[in-house]
Amino acid sequence: MNRYLVIGLLLLVLVLLPSGSPPAGIRVGSKQDPETAILGEMLTQLIRSTGQPSTHLSVGGTTVVFDALRRGEIDAYPEYTGTLIKEIFASEADVTEAQLPSLLAKDGISISRPLGFNNSYALAVRRETAEQLDLKTISDLADHPDMRLGFSNEFIDRDDGWKNLRKVYSLPHERVSGMEHAVSYRQLEVQDIDVMDAYTTDAQLAELDLVLLEDDLAYFPRYDAVVLYRSDLQNRYPELVDKVLQLESAIDEPAIIQLNARVAAQEASERQAAADFLRDEFSVSSDIEDPSLASQVWQRTLEHCDLVRRSLIPAIFFAIPLGVIAAKLPRLGQIILGAVGIVQTIPALALLVLLIAPVAYLNLNTIGAGSMTAVVALFLYSLLPIVRNTATGLATIPPEYGESATALGLSRSFRLFHIDLPLASPSILAGIKTAAVLNVGFATLGALVGARGYGQPILTGIRLNNTSLIMQGAVPAACLAILLQVVFEYSERWLVPAGLRPLSASESDVPKH
Amino acid sequence: MIELRQVSKRFGHQLAVDAIDLTCPKGQTQVLIGTSGCGKSTLLRMMVGLVTPDSGSVLFEGEPLDELTLDSVRQRIGYMIQEGGLFPHLTVRENIAIVPRYLRWQPSESDVRIKELLELTQLPIALLDRYPRQLSGGQRQRVSLMRALMLDPDVMLLDEPLGDLDPMIRAELQQDLRIIFRELGKTVVLVTHDLAEAGFLADRVTLLSHGKIVQQGDFSELIANPVDEFAAKFVQAQRPVFA
Ligand SMILES: Nc1ncnc2c1ncn2[C@@H]1O[C@H](COP(=O)(O)OP(=O)(O)O)[C@@H](O)[C@H]1O
Ligand SMILES: [Mg+2]
Repeated sequence: MNRYLVIGLLLLVLVLLPSGSPPAGIRVGSKQDPETAILGEMLTQLIRSTGQPSTHLSVGGTTVVFDALRRGEIDAYPEYTGTLIKEIFASEADVTEAQLPSLLAKDGISISRPLGFNNSYALAVRRETAEQLDLKTISDLADHPDMRLGFSNEFIDRDDGWKNLRKVYSLPHERVSGMEHAVSYRQLEVQDIDVMDAYTTDAQLAELDLVLLEDDLAYFPRYDAVVLYRSDLQNRYPELVDKVLQLESAIDEPAIIQLNARVAAQEASERQAAADFLRDEFSVSSDIEDPSLASQVWQRTLEHCDLVRRSLIPAIFFAIPLGVIAAKLPRLGQIILGAVGIVQTIPALALLVLLIAPVAYLNLNTIGAGSMTAVVALFLYSLLPIVRNTATGLATIPPEYGESATALGLSRSFRLFHIDLPLASPSILAGIKTAAVLNVGFATLGALVGARGYGQPILTGIRLNNTSLIMQGAVPAACLAILLQVVFEYSERWLVPAGLRPLSASESDVPKH
Repeated sequence: MIELRQVSKRFGHQLAVDAIDLTCPKGQTQVLIGTSGCGKSTLLRMMVGLVTPDSGSVLFEGEPLDELTLDSVRQRIGYMIQEGGLFPHLTVRENIAIVPRYLRWQPSESDVRIKELLELTQLPIALLDRYPRQLSGGQRQRVSLMRALMLDPDVMLLDEPLGDLDPMIRAELQQDLRIIFRELGKTVVLVTHDLAEAGFLADRVTLLSHGKIVQQGDFSELIANPVDEFAAKFVQAQRPVFA
C-alpha cells in the first residue's frame, strides 16, 4: 500500500512542478488564417524592432482572440472592420465604421486606421474574358446574361451574397451553380464557368491571373484590415504604438495578395513573408532565424507534456474518488457518470470557448502557452474513462470478497483501501491508460487557444495545407501516445497486485522454496 | 452461545428461513444439514450479522445483535464462507493477518500466532508467501480456516468448508477439523449437505428443508428414527455410506 502513497506523492510533485514561463513582453494575437497570421507577425516584428520583447500567438476564432484583447491577455491583434460590425457588435443594430472607435473604447481598445486593403467578397473572371468582353465592373455583367456563374454555397445563401447582389445589380443570369470554393478556381481555369466569387486578397488571384470586377454600387460590406490594440499601450509604450501605426495605409491589395501567394506556395513562412515586407517597406530588419527542427520538436514536446501532466494528474486524483462515490451510491453515480459523459460529447472548440469565461473569472491564463483553458478542458475530457473504470472495477468485485471483509469485522474505509481498490486496480489503471492516450491526442487541440505543443504545427499545417508541417506535430504526438502506453504496460506489472496479474507460465507452476 | 428465536427471512417471494428456533450451546458442534437451497447459509449469515432477519431475533451470549456491538462480536466469531473467500491480491500470510493488521498488532505478534496455526492446520510454512491462486483446493481451505482462527474466536461458523474437495483430502481435513474443534473447545456451527460428515463432526444435527427444521438432536437418532418421510428419504439417499 505504501507503493500507492509513493506514487501519489510523486504525481503530486510532478503536477506542482512549475511550467515554462509565460510568453514574455508584448503579446500579439492573431487568428488561424494565413493572412492574419502574416499581419500578426508584422506587428510582432515591428514591436521587437523597438527593442521590446514580443510574442505572437495565433488562436482559433474571432471571439477567443477579441475576448483575450478585451481582458488584456494580449495587447494587439489584426482584425477586419466587417468582422467587428457583423460578429463582435452583431447585437447592436446598424453599426457603422465611424462608430467603431467609440464602441471599442468602452472596452479600453483602440483601433488603427485601415491598413490599406479590403478583404471582402468580390467577383472574379479570367483576364482574357475581361479583355474580350471589356468587363470592368459588376454592372458590366448585366450585358452578358449567358455567362456561367459558379459560387460557393455560402455565398449563394448569405444575405450579403448572391441573393441580394443580383437584385441590386439587376443581373439576369440563369446559369448559376453552387460548388466548393476551391473547386471554383479549378472550374474557372478550365473554363467550365466564367465568373466566380472570391475574396479580394486570395492568393490564387495572382497565381491564376484573375481580374476582380469593381463593386461599383458598393454592394459588398467592407472588410478593411485594421489593428486593434489596448488603449493603455499608448501610455505605456508611446513610441511602440507609433511604430505599429506605420502599417496604416501601408499594405494595398496587390501587396497582401503577393504575401498570401508566397505563403500559399510554401515559398516562405508567414514569419519570413512578414519580415521581407518590413525590410522592403520600412527597412526594418528582423532576426527571424527558425530554430532547428530538432529543437523545435523538443520545445513542443516540453509544451505538450506540460499540458498533459497538468491536466491528467489532477484528473486522476479527482476521478478515482468520483468513481468510488459512483460505485457506492448508485443514484448519485448515475448523475456523475452522466455529467462526465456529457462533457465528452462537447466539441473541443466549443468546450474551450465555454471555459474561457470561468477561467478568466478566476484570473488564470485563458490563452497562450500553459493556457488554463486548455488544461481544464483536457482535465474534463480525462475524467470519464477513469471514473467509469473505477466504478465498474468496484462494482464487479465478486460479492464473496465483500462478505468475507464484512464478516471479518473490517471497517468500510479499511476495506476500501485494502480490499476494494486493490481488487479494482487493474480496471482503474486501464482507465487511466485510456485517459492518458486520449489526453495526448486532445492536447493538440490546445493550440486553438494558443497553448502550443504538438497542436501548433498541426494547426499551422492545416491552414497552409502543408502536410510536412502537420506531420511534425502528428508523428511526435502518436509517438508520445505509444510511449505512454508502453510505460503503462510496464507499470501495470508493478502497480497491479501480483496475485491479480495474468498468470505467466513460470508463475503457474507452484514456486519452489 | 448463539441462539436464534423465531427468525424468518424472505427473499422476494421466497421464504428462505421460516420461523426457526435454534440453540448452539457453548463448546459444542452444531451441524446444519439439508438439500441445496434449504436456507443453511442464510442461517449462518444471520449469526454473523450479514443477513438481518425480517422477524425474530439473534442472540449472542444472550444479547441481541445490534449495529453497535456487531464489530466486536464479529471479532469473536471466525467465519469461513462457502468458497473460502480468500482475497486474491493478498498472499497467504497477508490474508491470515488481515484482521491483526486492521487492529494494528505488532507484526511479531501476528507471526507468533501464524506459527501456532501452521502447526495446528499442518500447512507447510513455505506456502505463506504464495497467492491463493497458487494453492490447491485443500490448502486454500486450510488457509481460510487459519484466517478464521487468527483471533482465537469463541465461535466458528463454517459454510461447507470441505465442499469441493476430493474424497481423500476431505477425509483428512475432517479428521483435522474434529481434532482442532475438540482440542480448542470451540462453539462450532458447520453447514454441510453430507450426512457422513455431519455424523463425524456433530454433537448435534439439525436437518432443514425449505427454511424449516425437520429434525433436531442426536445424529444416531436421526439415522435410527427419521421423523417424517423427507427425513427418511434424506437418510436413505446417503445410506450406502453406512452400510
Ligand atoms: N441474497 C439473496 N437474494 C435472493 N435470494 C437469496 C439470497 N440469498 C439466498 N437466497 C435464496 O434463499 C434460499 C436459501 O439460500 P441459502 O441459505 O443460500 O441455501 P443453502 O445454503 O441451504 O443452499 C435459496 O433459494 C436462495 O436462492
Ligand atoms: Mg449455501
